[in-house]
Amino acid sequence: MLIYEFQAKALLQELGVVIPAGHLAETVDETRVAAQKLGGQVILKAQILSGGRGKAGGIVAADSAEKAGLAAARLLGKKLITAQSGGRGLVVKKILVEEFVLPGREIYLGLVVDRKNEKLAAIVSQQGGVEIEELSKSCPQAIKKEYFYPEQGLLFFQARNLAYFLDLPEASFKTFLDYLKKLSEFFLLRDMKLLEINPLIIKPDNLLVAADIKMDFDDSGLARQPEISALEDWSELSPEEKKARSFKLNYVKMEGQIGCLVNGAGLAMATMDIIKLFGGQPANFLDIGGGVTEEAVSQAFEILASDRQVKACLVNIFGGIVRCDLVARGLVASARKIDLNKPIVVRLQGTNEAEGRRILGEANLPFYFINDFEQAAQLAVSLSQA
Amino acid sequence: MSILLDRDSRILIQGITGRQASFHTERMMEYGTRVVAGVTPGKGGQFHLGLPVFNTVEEAVRQKAPDISIIFVPPLAAADAVMEAAAGGLKLIVCITEGIPNLDMLKAKRFLAELGSSLIGPNTPGLISPGQGKAGIMPASIHRPGPVGLISRSGTLTYEAVYQLSRLGLGQSTAIGIGGDPIVGLKFVELLEMFKSDSQTEAVLMIGEIGGQAEEAAAEYLKRSGYPKPVAAYVAGLTAPKGKRLGHAGAIIEGNEGSAQDKVKCLAAAGVRIIENPARIGQTVKELMAERQGN
Repeated sequence: MLIYEFQAKALLQELGVVIPAGHLAETVDETRVAAQKLGGQVILKAQILSGGRGKAGGIVAADSAEKAGLAAARLLGKKLITAQSGGRGLVVKKILVEEFVLPGREIYLGLVVDRKNEKLAAIVSQQGGVEIEELSKSCPQAIKKEYFYPEQGLLFFQARNLAYFLDLPEASFKTFLDYLKKLSEFFLLRDMKLLEINPLIIKPDNLLVAADIKMDFDDSGLARQPEISALEDWSELSPEEKKARSFKLNYVKMEGQIGCLVNGAGLAMATMDIIKLFGGQPANFLDIGGGVTEEAVSQAFEILASDRQVKACLVNIFGGIVRCDLVARGLVASARKIDLNKPIVVRLQGTNEAEGRRILGEANLPFYFINDFEQAAQLAVSLSQA
Repeated sequence: MSILLDRDSRILIQGITGRQASFHTERMMEYGTRVVAGVTPGKGGQFHLGLPVFNTVEEAVRQKAPDISIIFVPPLAAADAVMEAAAGGLKLIVCITEGIPNLDMLKAKRFLAELGSSLIGPNTPGLISPGQGKAGIMPASIHRPGPVGLISRSGTLTYEAVYQLSRLGLGQSTAIGIGGDPIVGLKFVELLEMFKSDSQTEAVLMIGEIGGQAEEAAAEYLKRSGYPKPVAAYVAGLTAPKGKRLGHAGAIIEGNEGSAQDKVKCLAAAGVRIIENPARIGQTVKELMAERQGN
């Protein structure tokens, strides 16, 4: 789970890491007042759950409270499409108004669960502000990594190695070690996946300031992290996503015309892929999961059927733990409720498939039964283009 | 033969008294798998499904000498259960549980490495050696004994693949779900190595998906080892958007890493037969095997 920059900064401040003075604003007036308090010269930072904001116009400088207000008027309510936000973009609802930090040396500091090496890694570079993955390819010698384990945490000598690599001024050295210790402990304590300070600015007076921060938490750790779970912004979710979440459905909206309802993540991806292979576009990823109820199937189907972009649906169930008759009952219940006017291609395979087909067959609704995976996908594609 | 699991395997179920565990334990026993005991702390001394229940793995090992443990324990307690199994001397541990925190798994994996135990999963349907035994939650009826070794990161997509294979008369030596989480135990490389020396296995089918580097590592291994058996692969998620988690905790394209396109490219370069159409997984494996026999 990603959190907003302003939330991440508040967490860091509690740890004693210096961040720029700033205020959160949700209106033009609030922005103006905040800028006034900070002396006029400020940076406005759009708060969206995505990186790449700078290039998308989400970070703007202003040299007076008036200009800050004007810039806020342009930013608030605007959809930002960044390299990471997906094609639909993210609407700016909050702006972090920050003091202008005098440019100094900028460094990169990251902590990450390194999935490939199955260790934790602390990563630094003298070239702050850059995309670290690109840098690791173009100029690997500009990066230093220290691997560590959750049992011991980041060791002191490792922190020192990183500090020497960065060639820090003496006056910043100790603070840097202190930051690293606290951050790495926080990382482990809070089940994080990624913590990036990029850039960490060394001001001319040698003060270290965390100018931009990204924090991503392990979703599987949230069950034991109530303070972090509480930071999730449900208003960022669409009504469909909210519904899906509350019924424990894995749903991701896409751009196409064919609604997909599938059990299992792998089969759901394969279903999207085969649709594309035959010239169609999936409207969503939807895995109803193994422990699904009839009610949840019904809600899932309603999400698809009520999506105006959807021209046809493909239901692809390989019954194992999930029973085909349960899925069929859920489909019928929701199709009755919503006055269904879209063709639905249904493929039921596995546990209780005959019973499932019987239930659907008796419902007198626009269902097409196809048992073959490939033919089902082809039919859904052609129906979506009719 | 088969790998990891055969008709002599003795199975222990941790968390046996839970609803899911009970249901699946019965299915495993129906299949003829030799389940010898269960563990649920606080319920030691009872019998469940006709099996003795122990408070600790240690006790279960002393009394019943199991060699594989299957874990159905809730996510926040599951890593502890995995380590308990390893400490009890079990050499193969299958963790079905989904939703275990990454950091717990990192600790558990190091613990297991020290004791020389192997892990399948977590977030896996488990494994099956058709006709011999089943250590997991997959529907047994779709499987047939035969020559194809199957390694997959998915659940239902594996069932789909197995169904296609069996329908074409291609049975499986062993089918293994390695798990959909970011940190899992045995992966493609270790299992390909085991299939290499298994006499029953004539070809290997890999089912990958977006996220991580396990398919890339497999490609490197296959190239380096001059792998002697034909390998086919399907990688799910060619249409997956970046940065979105698709169902499995591990199925996410992060930064520039983990796209299906990259994985397919690496595997193809290593001589793996790439399956583009997921409805033709069985067909492609069949053709590949026929070609190799023709040579």
